[in-house]
Amino acid sequence: MAAASPLLIASNGDSLREAFGKALTEVASEIQSVVVLDADIAGGTGVHHFRKAYPDRFFQFGIAEQNMMAAAGGMAATGLIPVVTTFAVFCLRALEQARLSIAYANRNVKIVASHPGLDVGPDGGSAQSLEDLAAFRAIPGMTVISPADAEEMRQATRAVLKFDGPVYMRTGRSPSVHIFGPGHRFEIGKGQILREGSDVSLVACGVEVSRALDAAGILARDGISARVINMPTIKPIDQELLVAASVETGCIVTAEDHNIFGGLGGAVSEAIVQSAPCPIEFIGVRDVFGQSGEPGELAEHYQLTGPFIADAARRAIARKKAIRK
Amino acid sequence: MNANAHLHRLTANFANNSSLVEHLTQRASVIRRLAISAIYHAGSGHPGGSLSCADLLSTLYGAELNIDPALPLATDRNRFVLSKGHGAPALYSAWAAYGHIPKSEALALRKIGRKAQGHPHVLDFPLAETSTGSLGQGFSTAIGMALGLRHQKISARVYTMLGDGELQEGEVWEGAMSAGHFGLSNLCAIIDYNKLQSDDRNQNIMALEPLAQKWRAFGWHAVEIQGHDISAILASFDEARSIAARPTVVIAHTVKGKGVAYMEDQPLWHGSVKLSREQTEAALASLATSSEDVKEMLDGSR
Repeated sequence: MAAASPLLIASNGDSLREAFGKALTEVASEIQSVVVLDADIAGGTGVHHFRKAYPDRFFQFGIAEQNMMAAAGGMAATGLIPVVTTFAVFCLRALEQARLSIAYANRNVKIVASHPGLDVGPDGGSAQSLEDLAAFRAIPGMTVISPADAEEMRQATRAVLKFDGPVYMRTGRSPSVHIFGPGHRFEIGKGQILREGSDVSLVACGVEVSRALDAAGILARDGISARVINMPTIKPIDQELLVAASVETGCIVTAEDHNIFGGLGGAVSEAIVQSAPCPIEFIGVRDVFGQSGEPGELAEHYQLTGPFIADAARRAIARKKAIRK
Repeated sequence: MNANAHLHRLTANFANNSSLVEHLTQRASVIRRLAISAIYHAGSGHPGGSLSCADLLSTLYGAELNIDPALPLATDRNRFVLSKGHGAPALYSAWAAYGHIPKSEALALRKIGRKAQGHPHVLDFPLAETSTGSLGQGFSTAIGMALGLRHQKISARVYTMLGDGELQEGEVWEGAMSAGHFGLSNLCAIIDYNKLQSDDRNQNIMALEPLAQKWRAFGWHAVEIQGHDISAILASFDEARSIAARPTVVIAHTVKGKGVAYMEDQPLWHGSVKLSREQTEAALASLATSSEDVKEMLDGSR
């Protein structure tokens, strides 16, 4: 079993997009073939740092995401490593370009999506991408990543730029909760146990990781021992870690800022159902569109916060006990 | 490649321009015969738009792209992207006609386990340069290639062919705007303007005219030619190479089904159709194929 990652819980760190933009700029000094494609929202995605440092490697495509996405495939065909950046919801707009011109052609393109899920907040339902993990996960060959905090974002940015193959990675708009210290080690395809536990496993990605840790604290006060697993790579998912969680804790709760269908919850279910099935409860937006509101308010409204994860854990444990009777 | 190098190659290989045109015309006929045979054997495929672009493809692969068969993926190679991916039978046939792939590969169209898929896939054929079939995407990818080559100071050119119906995709105009904005003089788009699309004439589905003005308004140099006139095609490529700071679009007026009398200008022959043996024989006959060739195309080993 993997050792628990060193944690450093604090609030109001860099947003994930800022952490991404800074890390991208740093790695780009080492890898000259990294270029950035933007659709008129460099300030929103964090790539303004890169633009300032490397104006000649920054390509402005205007508000035309379909052309930008397919052009990234063409740039990669000439040996460059294009980083395509826009809001997550506009990555969905260019999904078919990502499918054909990037994934099907096996191009080394990194699609980095800011403003995922309810994290967009006041822009409302039209802007809140609650389907992107499912959509990109369904594309063969596409690696899908959603880091939890700024430190993990920095490491993930470096890792995806050194990885050869198409990647879809979520960043985030809100100030992130500090979870990891510099001792954390992000690796594509690997999850980590953040807190040991034996009664239930809480598997989370992105903004839900800190909420899962909150839930474990709530459960501990009731004498329930919850294992918390950070699962930053949704595809390929860390099957070994999940099977161990299923066998050792007997039930699982997944938590994601995404529709409960097709994202992390789907990936976790698929991973364990064939070899070590157990009761699973899903925390996420329950197949509805979002609405305007502050991200924290929306997380409460759509029942994505720690207390709701804790309730889901109790349901999962009850189901486990019912089966074992 | 510059214009002088091009002229040098022409004079090196051919006594004069008319012998080059004769060569390209003869190979265009090979492309047409192979494409029709492949579609017959496949039981489906798009004959109309394969025949309409055969002269353009023959001129590209025979005189313009200059792909070195020994180094087909050289960094500084000229690239061609068939954005109208349903023209795949003609593309595979063009490769076969110029010796880049065996004829048997081109004829094994749409067959399980074979490379010649219904639409070109770069992982099956690196010479496809990218994978196409969803209209508009090959054009955007070609733009990315031209931009990437220019960024790396590689003096290769990128050519891409679009269908006329394809121009109804919004992505094409996103791409046209960006290529004009970026001033991609190393990019040449060719429109196989055969006036027909899947269901009907362009003008009845979604009108395209005034087409040249649209491209000029997006910052392109536009040339209109008769797309079955090999000399005009050669001249349009020469002209494209001479244009600085702007991409060039060659609007090639073509006839859908060109070369097969019963298919010419008939929307019926756009779609993925099954050719009967009789229809195929008639098509090959009208493509001036010898009776021995007809037999080989219909029954030969694949």
